[in-house]
Amino acid sequence: MLEGLLRITDPLTLSRFAASGIGLLLILAVLGAFIARRAYGGRAIYAACTLVCSSLAALALAVLLGPSPASGALELPVGLPLGHTLLALDKLSAAFAVILNLTSAIVSFGAIGYGAHAREPERVVPFYPAFIAGMNLVVLAHDAFSFLVGWEFMSLASWALVVSEDKSEANRRAGLVYVIMAAGGALTLLFAFGLLAGADGGYGFAEMRQTAAFGPAAIVLVLALLGAGSKAGLVPLHVWLPLAHPAAPSHVSALMSGVMTKVAVYGFVRIVFDLAGPPAWWWSVPVLVIAGVTTLLGVLHALMEHDLKRLLAYHTVENIGIIFIGLGLALAFEASAMSTAAALALTAAVFHVFNHSLFKSLLFLGSGAILNATGERDMERLGGLIHRMPVTAVAFLVGCVAISALPPFNGFVSEWLTFQAILLSPQLPDWVPRLVAPAIGATLACSAALAAACFVKAFGSTFLGRPRSQHAIAARETDVFSRSAMLAFAALCLFAGILPGFVMDALGGVSELLVTARLEPQSSEPWLRIAPISAARGAYNGLLVFAMIAIAALATVGVARRVSSHALRRSPAWDCGFPDPSPATQYTSGSFAQPIRRVFGSVVFRAREHVEMPKPGDTGTARLSVTVHDTIWEAFYVPTIRLVDALADQLTKFQFLTIRKYLMLVFATLILMLVIIGVSR
Amino acid sequence: MIRDWATQLAQLALVLALAPLLTGVARKIKARLLRRRGPSVIQPYRDLLKLIRKEAVVADNASWLFRSAPYIIFATTWVAAALVPTFATGLTFSAAADMIVIVALLGTARFFLALAGLDVGTSFGGIGSSREMMFASLAEPAMLMVVFTLSLFAGSTQLSTIAEYMLRPEAGVSISLALAFVALLIVSIAENARIPVDNPATHLELTMVHEAMILEYSGRHLAVIEAAASLKLLLYMSLIVCLFTPWGMAVAGAGAIAYGIGAVVYVGKLAIGAFLLAFFETAIAKMRVFRVPEFLGVALMLGLLGAILLFVSRMTA
Repeated sequence: MLEGLLRITDPLTLSRFAASGIGLLLILAVLGAFIARRAYGGRAIYAACTLVCSSLAALALAVLLGPSPASGALELPVGLPLGHTLLALDKLSAAFAVILNLTSAIVSFGAIGYGAHAREPERVVPFYPAFIAGMNLVVLAHDAFSFLVGWEFMSLASWALVVSEDKSEANRRAGLVYVIMAAGGALTLLFAFGLLAGADGGYGFAEMRQTAAFGPAAIVLVLALLGAGSKAGLVPLHVWLPLAHPAAPSHVSALMSGVMTKVAVYGFVRIVFDLAGPPAWWWSVPVLVIAGVTTLLGVLHALMEHDLKRLLAYHTVENIGIIFIGLGLALAFEASAMSTAAALALTAAVFHVFNHSLFKSLLFLGSGAILNATGERDMERLGGLIHRMPVTAVAFLVGCVAISALPPFNGFVSEWLTFQAILLSPQLPDWVPRLVAPAIGATLACSAALAAACFVKAFGSTFLGRPRSQHAIAARETDVFSRSAMLAFAALCLFAGILPGFVMDALGGVSELLVTARLEPQSSEPWLRIAPISAARGAYNGLLVFAMIAIAALATVGVARRVSSHALRRSPAWDCGFPDPSPATQYTSGSFAQPIRRVFGSVVFRAREHVEMPKPGDTGTARLSVTVHDTIWEAFYVPTIRLVDALADQLTKFQFLTIRKYLMLVFATLILMLVIIGVSR
Repeated sequence: MIRDWATQLAQLALVLALAPLLTGVARKIKARLLRRRGPSVIQPYRDLLKLIRKEAVVADNASWLFRSAPYIIFATTWVAAALVPTFATGLTFSAAADMIVIVALLGTARFFLALAGLDVGTSFGGIGSSREMMFASLAEPAMLMVVFTLSLFAGSTQLSTIAEYMLRPEAGVSISLALAFVALLIVSIAENARIPVDNPATHLELTMVHEAMILEYSGRHLAVIEAAASLKLLLYMSLIVCLFTPWGMAVAGAGAIAYGIGAVVYVGKLAIGAFLLAFFETAIAKMRVFRVPEFLGVALMLGLLGAILLFVSRMTA
């Protein structure tokens, strides 16, 4: 019995199971192409995805919690001619595989109900399992070739899903921007792996670890920041996220925002922490600065947005920033041989990866439910849905509280851990990161408060108040699968929030692998609290805080019941005696964000308000116009697009030359080549 | 262990019992400074009792969130207030939550208050919620910077540990500490909706923030929200007292007399705090809404400066 169990937990066997899981997903993708249009065909595929993903999650969890696996990778006979496919589940892969497959399983379950609404299921169903398979391959891959194959698979499958509703111009543009960014990102990663592999051409991760990088390792860092950062959504490479994530069907948006960005984080961690060798002290500085800018810009963009799905996509940018703050701190600590602090920062980052995949998927499923019920993504035309979609409202509220980093939910725990890591940074020997750290702390604190404002706005203008359109009045609660999926995510958010010690212990193996230290086991702390460094430095007990809030609230309700008159009368709203029956007089998402736009946006987005008042006696209407600039797009992308256009214009001239001129060009090229060869000899 | 539990329970009861009194005393002093007689100091208790007995009038389209938010707000504020050492350190729950948690718990309370303001769908509720969240987007980071500064001094984010560190003789005056103190004062004024940021006595003004959010509440719901507001004032005052003037506080393990002295000294310190607050409020005019971000920006910058000074000066230490 024991022997059988050990044989099953043997890492090679587990990798074999995982590989067959990927194979099954690919078979489902092919199958999906044939049965997507059949009644229940799509549902069957989604149900099968749920099963495969939950088994993969369970399997990865076994590796994550089990003993440290022996090195050794599974060699598959398939692959590119230059190398064979190596798959392995080490602790890092296992952690991300758990996150990936757990979220995918729940999202797929919700899709059983949600996916039935797709207008053209044959354009979604086949690519959905392929997308998950690609992400799994990235995480499992143990050589550069299969990593990149998985990466491209993931990009292309998700691109197909983004353009699955290509009737709208906006979606086609989203697809174009996305595919350009994805191609660029993959190219930089290709270069990064090329430098890491060195001259002897060993592309397995084990060989890369042993050979030092060709050229300065800093170039690898820059390439990884560009390649993985463009997929994850680091500023200024984030522009495709708010275009592409909302364009896809909502269950795919949930995976793209909640999971695919995390696969990109995995790519960064794998390259920088595992393969690139020991970091230099200054590596942390660019990572931290970019992460800080990403965090703040992401949340400010989200606040300016009134399209619910775009708001969520911009908010993913913010959370990616928070994750990279943790990673940057871990780099700084590791470079200074402060391995416990590095373990803390890394655990905080990976914990936030887990948390964000939970609540962002929950929120995207919620936005999908709203989209189905009302046909609206524009929050200015929603409102009052808490009465019409009660279950979605509860789950969405949990997601909003969790993503705003408020106790007792999970988002708070990872931010708390990040703050604890920042508080350790005065011990760093180099003064630059030590100077950057408090500024990053202030940025993180600021963005947490802004995130709360953002989600008060999001929840308030969609679910609260009075409905602002006929669609919102006619809304109905969503199907049972979506509801259960959202409630499952909500329950996980609460679980990770009140019992964070278990999650942190599970991530111990990851920090041991990457920064050669792990935090003290948290489950042995009294009262199930967490105390990452020591109880005297800082401790948090989510369970106790939750219990205290619950007891205090129930006691207050009890007292109020005993003492109070019990009488409750419904009446029209008071509103200082001047209630206006029109729902247009409510605060909308735009008016809610106006003070913040005025305070922060006037600098960041060059936001300007212009009021045109008619002259006294004139009966014309007054107008308020607001101009907001996307500064990053205008500063980086517009010049690039112009440059490419100008170059293309110049190059078209070569299409219309006479044969004589072509021959001259060929001759000139030949001479040039000969000169180059001659010089290099 | 038993003593810790007793301290904790006493603390829970004490903050609840004292909070309305503090509000009453502050109001009384303010009235006297304006040469009015003012209501009795126990008027807030009478108001709470009156409100709780009254019929609750709820707007037609209010949801369950509107009716449950007061209890969530009150519970989170109460828990946060119970975590701040008042007359003695060594609270049982103090190991469960540090200063960052206290800030975040108040954030949870604010989140639900702002949602409650939006629930009925009136323009006043929206204006209040929107401005409250704008203020918070500066006040909360400023507060966390204060936390950073203090925890770097004491090497801990636990309030009890910081208070015990401040009680020791080697905790002298430093620039960072002074900056943090000013920042904390500004944040406290803003968070408690006091003049010059907001006027707690206003009920029909376009500039109201806190009162605008709770405009639709009545009866027991309003009573619970008012109690939470007084608790929050007490919490901030206790926090300032505990962090910057911890003298007289009983250290965990001291005798019964020390606890008695601690309680008396604490009440005395609160009385002084109430006087200073009332004096400040009568001496200053309310500012325009869009001046508030500048006011809070000062707090954020001071807090950040204090923290950066410490981060840099630790290199020689």
